[in-house]
Amino acid sequence: MAEFLLPKNSKIKKGRHHKAPDGAGKTRRFKVYRYDPDSGDNPRTDTFEVDTEKCGPMVLDALIQMKGDTDATLTFRRSCREGICGSCAMNIDGTNTLACTKPIDEVKGEVRIYPLPHLPVIKDLVPDMTTFYAQYTSIEPWMKTDSPPPSNRERLQSPEDRAKLDGLYECIMCACCSTSCPSYWWNGERYLGPAILLQAYRWLIDSRDEATGERLDDLEDPFRLYRCHTIMNCTRTCPKNLNPAQAIGEIKKMMVARR
Amino acid sequence: MALRDRPLSPHLQVYRPQLTSVLSIFHRLTGVFLATGAAMLCCWLLTAAAGPEYYEWSQWFLTSWLGYALLAAWSYCLFYHLCNGIRHLFWDVGIGFSLKATYASGVLMVLASFGLTGLSWGLGLYFYFTG
Repeated sequence: MAEFLLPKNSKIKKGRHHKAPDGAGKTRRFKVYRYDPDSGDNPRTDTFEVDTEKCGPMVLDALIQMKGDTDATLTFRRSCREGICGSCAMNIDGTNTLACTKPIDEVKGEVRIYPLPHLPVIKDLVPDMTTFYAQYTSIEPWMKTDSPPPSNRERLQSPEDRAKLDGLYECIMCACCSTSCPSYWWNGERYLGPAILLQAYRWLIDSRDEATGERLDDLEDPFRLYRCHTIMNCTRTCPKNLNPAQAIGEIKKMMVARR
Repeated sequence: MALRDRPLSPHLQVYRPQLTSVLSIFHRLTGVFLATGAAMLCCWLLTAAAGPEYYEWSQWFLTSWLGYALLAAWSYCLFYHLCNGIRHLFWDVGIGFSLKATYASGVLMVLASFGLTGLSWGLGLYFYFTG
């Protein structure tokens, strides 16, 4: 059942204010969600004034600056800093995106940074993604075949069949789309969500995969697939400009077509 | 630490309202409101079947300012739900999933719902006054 309000232990309190150092140039204010599991306190939002002349152009650069210069306990995931690992997915200025590819200049006024929405928070901007990954495992994201492979070479695919995977294989599983979806917020334990369904479709239309019927059987469920109400928040927010909503629409069409 | 002790990250509280989600929630709300309208329609028909004195009650209510306000809201919700329903039918056959098409069809749908509401009230009032 949908709960529109945050539980008592999740209500956000006002936090600290870290002023910019003396002699700072052009400063921007960042309001960052903080949660310290060791303190037992509720989450809070700290305000950081960051000298943007001394840091790189992206929101991730500012976060690294805050951690390096102001508060070393600030915790967030990051790795590649070029939009390919998906680690630094978070809610910036009200929409989910990758901190490493989001320019600070695109945000007007105070830059508000929260963890990906409606997930349990481990610390600060680090959410618990266990359910998300378990759901990914559940769709069995690998090639399944019955026929023996051709001798001495891999299973081949025509250029046309390979092209069907464009717009799908680029997904980096950052979970921006799934955690932007209100349907996933309210039914995230039973509805697979846009990211996982896009991955499911990636295997459904792979010409080399031979488990299409079995995969569709697994998705034929009022919750796993059909909690998608075409809200389109997923497509709106995808930092890789993919279209999960369309992938889900194609799965729904496959369901009807096979009857 | 047990999973349930962890705080839940904010969702509705921080997520920016945008055309995609706003039109969707209004589709749901208009649907719920139309269900009450269907009940009202049944009451109106029941009183009509029960006899003139009962029918007068419902006519009295429906032609009060509250009745007119409700009828205006129901008629708008009907056209909103209808137009967005047609938008959903296009999605169901796989058309209009691009972000550009989604925004264009969303704006068109809202304009059409206002236009159709205005048109139906205009026609209704025209025939009312010209007999």
